[in-house]
Amino acid sequence: MTKTFDWIKAHTLLFVSTLIFIFLIAPNAVMLLFSFNQPANKYNFIWNRFSTNAWKNPCASSDMCSSIKLSVTIAIIAMILSTVLGTMVAFAMMRYRFRGRTFLNVLLFLPMAAPEVTMGITLMTFFFNTTGSNSLGFGTIVIAHVMFSLSYVVVTVKARLAGMDPTLEKAAADLYATPIQTFRRVTLPLVMPGILAAALLSFALSIDDYIITVLTAGNEVTFPMYVYASFQHSVPAQIDVIGSTMLLITLAGITFAQVPQIIKTRKA
Amino acid sequence: MTTLTEAPPKASAVLGEPKKKRNLLPYILLAPGVLWLVIFFLIPIFTAVSASVQTGSLDMGFKVTWNWANYSATFSTYNTEIVHSLIYSVACTVICLVLGYPLAYFIAFRGGKWKNLLMALVIAPAFTSFLIRTIAWETILSDHGTVVRIMTDLRITNLMDHLGLITGNHVLNSPFSVVFGMVYNFLPFTVLPLYTSLEKIDPRLHEAGRDLYCSGYRTWRYVTWPLSLPGVIAGTLLTFIPAVGDYINAYMLGSPNTQVIGQVIENEALRDVFGYPIASAMGVILTFGTLAIVLAYVKKAGSEDLL
Repeated sequence: MTKTFDWIKAHTLLFVSTLIFIFLIAPNAVMLLFSFNQPANKYNFIWNRFSTNAWKNPCASSDMCSSIKLSVTIAIIAMILSTVLGTMVAFAMMRYRFRGRTFLNVLLFLPMAAPEVTMGITLMTFFFNTTGSNSLGFGTIVIAHVMFSLSYVVVTVKARLAGMDPTLEKAAADLYATPIQTFRRVTLPLVMPGILAAALLSFALSIDDYIITVLTAGNEVTFPMYVYASFQHSVPAQIDVIGSTMLLITLAGITFAQVPQIIKTRKA
Repeated sequence: MTTLTEAPPKASAVLGEPKKKRNLLPYILLAPGVLWLVIFFLIPIFTAVSASVQTGSLDMGFKVTWNWANYSATFSTYNTEIVHSLIYSVACTVICLVLGYPLAYFIAFRGGKWKNLLMALVIAPAFTSFLIRTIAWETILSDHGTVVRIMTDLRITNLMDHLGLITGNHVLNSPFSVVFGMVYNFLPFTVLPLYTSLEKIDPRLHEAGRDLYCSGYRTWRYVTWPLSLPGVIAGTLLTFIPAVGDYINAYMLGSPNTQVIGQVIENEALRDVFGYPIASAMGVILTFGTLAIVLAYVKKAGSEDLL
């Protein structure tokens, strides 16, 4: 009896963790499965029969595909802007002295500590009062996305800068490299993984955002807005095709990122 | 993404003192980002405060009339939604901590060489669409689904009905399904900072606890738990903040009886021509309400290194 009890005790954590993993993965599996469903009615909620229709005609609804195009365009522009601005802020914070550091820390922390809907409504009010309600659209979405991803970029790049070996830059300086050469040849390559991670993060934040976007979008319809609106009248299988594609790209990315590590452990 | 909540480990110690140059360069580097945040984050809060005391309509324009009625109207008309938002987000935060802690613990101490891969799997779903995954729960928890059938057979639905979590044998469109969806969506936000702080703990401390005849529970309670507190604080905050403003789960997995404050704000702002001052008032209440809760919590928990 005590033996069984000990076994249970030893494996509880494993069991619980497995259950939570199943919980986390289940909707993704369902999404992948239902992208191959031929829904019986307008809502792709109940399994009917296997079909590759949705994968063959991902753009059956042209509205959906134009919304994806819009979302990707916005995400790319917002990613570039927030990565550039955020990296500059991170460098200034880690490498220089300046006045107002406390204010800056608070300013960077607040957007991460504010619920999305409040940032959305305040920004919408701001545009209403300054440029008028007709100004809402592509530009205002990009402005909003850069605003909420900036802090995450700063935090990510700062963490990378903090973990860097400062002696490398000193060595470059000792070897008569100019500050610009040191930056381009030594600092930048070392910080690059941090900058790339930050860029990916801001892209992911932007492409998936609904709440702030809907409040600043005017008449534009991004992909999350399309999905949210479609929930009221029809959920085509194509939505799951897009979700599955995003999932597969992410998984491929993870696998790709693991490769160097696997090779390293093999060698060691 | 793993770097997200990592506090820079004592920057000054690693880099030496920041260079003592006083020049313009840092200000030039800071200016665009800081201006962006000031103009598009900070100033709008003040605009919203002013807008929240305006009256008017989209066509006629809005004027500041010091119409404080927008605030009292918010509290009297939407008190149910405010209460819902608070209860759901607190419940979600607590459940996320209860589920997230063992998972983060498992990955940090038993994950071995699979650590990074397991963490990637926890975060990966966050990179695919939030809305589509929430729709998937609609399928899993639907009345026709296997999950609900098993729950009905085991009389779990019965028990939950008695507790007022669901109605009858329908799991969907209930407070339960709303919180369930929120837990699913925000769990990675809890696990990530928890993992970061647990992973830093030297496993030899556990051995030391055992050598000193500490039970497993006591080792956890007096060694691991205090050391993981920064992660607990960061994780609960990162979960509570988005949860309190979230209304996607309430909309997709709930019913008109589970409306939350975010939904009302969106409706007032987008679908009602007279609604936008009220929406601003609610935005202001939510902004400062959340900020007050967060500051009180951080102060009580006594942690400054959240960034």
